[in-house]
Amino acid sequence: MPEFYNYIIEMEGIHKSFPGVQALENVDFNLKKGEIHALVGENGAGKSTLIKALTGVEKQDEGTINLEGKEINVKSPQHAQRMGISTVYQEINLCPNLTVAENILIGWEPRKWGRVDWKTMNARAKEILQGLDVDIDVTQTLGSYSVAIQQMAAIARALEISNARILILDEPTSSLDAHETQQLFGVMRKLKSEGMAIVFITHFIDQVYEVADRITVVRNGKLVGSYDTATLPRLELIAKMIGRSLTEYDDMTKIKLESSKHIKGEALLESKGLSNEGGIEPFDLELHSGEVVGFAGLLGSGRTEIAGLLFGIEKPDSGTLTVAGKEVKNFSPLASITRGIGLCPEDRKAAGVVDDLTVRENIILAMQANRGWFKYLSTQQQYEIANKFIELLNISTPSADQPVKNLSGGNQQKVILARWLATNPQVLILDEPTRGIDVGAKAEIQKLVLSLAEEGKACVFISSELEEVIRCSHRIAVLSNRKKVAEYSGEVDEKVIMQSMAGSGS
Amino acid sequence: MKKSKSSFTWRRITESKLFFPFLALAFILLFDLVFIPNFFAVQTREGNLYGSVIDIMRNASTVMLLAIGMTLVIATGGVDLSVGAIMAIAASVAAVMMNPVIIGVELPPDLMKFINDPSFTYSPLWEVILVTLIVAIICGLWNGVLVAYVRIQPMVATLILMIAGRGIAQLITNGVRIQIFYGPYAFLGQGWIVLPFSLYIVAIVFAIAWILTRKTAIGLFLESVGINFRSSFYSGIDEKKIKLLAYAFCGLCAGIAGLVASSNIKTSDANNIGLTLELDAILAVVIGGTLLGAGGRFSLLASIIGAMVIQAITTSMYALGVPAFALQAIKGVVVIFVILLYSEQVRGFVRRISAPREV
Repeated sequence: MPEFYNYIIEMEGIHKSFPGVQALENVDFNLKKGEIHALVGENGAGKSTLIKALTGVEKQDEGTINLEGKEINVKSPQHAQRMGISTVYQEINLCPNLTVAENILIGWEPRKWGRVDWKTMNARAKEILQGLDVDIDVTQTLGSYSVAIQQMAAIARALEISNARILILDEPTSSLDAHETQQLFGVMRKLKSEGMAIVFITHFIDQVYEVADRITVVRNGKLVGSYDTATLPRLELIAKMIGRSLTEYDDMTKIKLESSKHIKGEALLESKGLSNEGGIEPFDLELHSGEVVGFAGLLGSGRTEIAGLLFGIEKPDSGTLTVAGKEVKNFSPLASITRGIGLCPEDRKAAGVVDDLTVRENIILAMQANRGWFKYLSTQQQYEIANKFIELLNISTPSADQPVKNLSGGNQQKVILARWLATNPQVLILDEPTRGIDVGAKAEIQKLVLSLAEEGKACVFISSELEEVIRCSHRIAVLSNRKKVAEYSGEVDEKVIMQSMAGSGS
Repeated sequence: MKKSKSSFTWRRITESKLFFPFLALAFILLFDLVFIPNFFAVQTREGNLYGSVIDIMRNASTVMLLAIGMTLVIATGGVDLSVGAIMAIAASVAAVMMNPVIIGVELPPDLMKFINDPSFTYSPLWEVILVTLIVAIICGLWNGVLVAYVRIQPMVATLILMIAGRGIAQLITNGVRIQIFYGPYAFLGQGWIVLPFSLYIVAIVFAIAWILTRKTAIGLFLESVGINFRSSFYSGIDEKKIKLLAYAFCGLCAGIAGLVASSNIKTSDANNIGLTLELDAILAVVIGGTLLGAGGRFSLLASIIGAMVIQAITTSMYALGVPAFALQAIKGVVVIFVILLYSEQVRGFVRRISAPREV
């Protein structure tokens, strides 16, 4: 490689696995001096694991990291900082009730006679911030400034305490408005011109094209590739992020075609102008029994919000929801279960499994909630139900009495599916049911969704992987920017869908 | 191999929630056996049983009652600091109902002369108990509403009633310590039917709590809400109602404990009844292996054993002649010991020595 010495960081063949999940598989990542390098991929793709390996938060199982051509072994975040690798995390890890100067220099205060030299400290902090083109009163508390300024202070601190040569910005713009974002970009460009290597993690495609020189895409723990921003069209980037392979259209297509004949005409669930403030703009949607409707859209496009509204996690501000001909008045998960709606939530750990409970208890939980406090399923009934679904869904567990936390991600997901199937729902909403689980389990779940539809249930299938959505769904609703922008049925070309996903910007 | 089979069952015993509380109790009783002569002696008088061991159980009954309710609250991931104060409120309500003269209620002259008579009460006993327990449940509901619906941290929410409760109790009795003369009421805390009557009360409350949590879905929901309230909510469990129920039941238990305690000392001593007992109750539950703060899996029986452990320490120390003021320090040492015993290291050690030997 002729430009070998240009790379300040070279990560090669990084592997990392967590119990049940292969988080990173043979990922390479290179970073040049004086470039802004965007690291993109959907949630759970492995971006943060890769960064954690680089910053010493997690040790990679295999693979090497070179800093300026020399192999390094990053032991801890502190160690990484000493080598000049600094990170500014998504949530700002500063103290809002301390002054800006204190926040920037805490732990590194200039001292005089053993006491903090406030004058020098404030002057130094001001100087550092001016270097970032920010001119503010550093003796005010940090909390009195906007999030953008706080972000700058965090960057200033990262630069100052470690004499950083590599700056990692993890979703720095997620809580900034357009003007603040521009301010941040200005700083990033300035640092770049001074030779700083910047890793920029973001979900916003527009921003990638605005500041990044190069783009590295990861998906499912694997490297998709690194590209020059100028040579990679937007549409292609989205395609790479959400994955597709035009080759394999297996028997799933046949099942889908066969099952599409059974779709009922009248709507089982109908939403008219349903919306909630800050969640999703008014949308119309119909679900028919026997049908799988896919939601395509990037993270934050509103797909999870729709699921939350339909299931009653959130209450709508306007619009009506009709289930089986009756208008819904009472929005709550319990009322939804009684109506025959189920939701496999997106965040399996936080909202799905109850990890200390056994597989059996996890499976009967929603069913029991629907029966109420006093119609308790006998232990024998519980075992019967649990064992039925363990067999049906092929859940690999030593027994129904195993705490669910001891199961792998895929099997935990199946337990959640079993929990909902046990309630015998008419409408089943699956939000990212295949995230973070292995390929085999993925295919099983996809087939299961289609067979559920064949039994006459209506399913909503939400996934970041477009290929998967297309493969499983009879009809696809496309979401972008908290709006439902399009709906397609029958055979659809991925390109068309991506076009709608990308919105007006493409 | 014979060995491996026995160590498998041994392992099941050590993994049980009851293992450590029983071990702690056994340690203390073993200590008593060695150092205190006649500790286990039981006498029979008029068909009733007396002795140090019986005393331990009788004196533990209030903490046992509190621990039953506290277990449910801690299982939901909360804590109730107000149970001692609820005891005081309950005692005051009961005393005022039996003897309202003291706060200035004029009785008809024909009743007035009976006021010190052990067979006299202004309100019938069933009414006294019913009203007292309803008041206690209302106290519990107050806590539950603050925690579940207003979403105040349990420690802060129940601190309100902990502080205000004794004041409320004083208000009810107009600041007077009311003596209780009524004989049947005194039976609650002091009566014996072979065993102390208060133990039968504990047994009944325990049975109700056990049936409520293990024969209905409530126990599962309590644990589920404690482990992961968001998942529970998504599964259709009304976590607010479950929490409300736990605090209300805890209030009820505290009310019963207040009845027993006031009947035992024959006054409504709003300043001292149940004082610091909330901490003993929490300690009992922690010794019983339910995780304070995290909640989740609980065992009512283990909490009962935990309450006995605490009382066994107290009684043993008194029997040894340790002065009352030094007792708190000794309890502190025991708490450290318990915490060490429950640490991951000791658990790992027990797991290692009880693990099957073959590989």
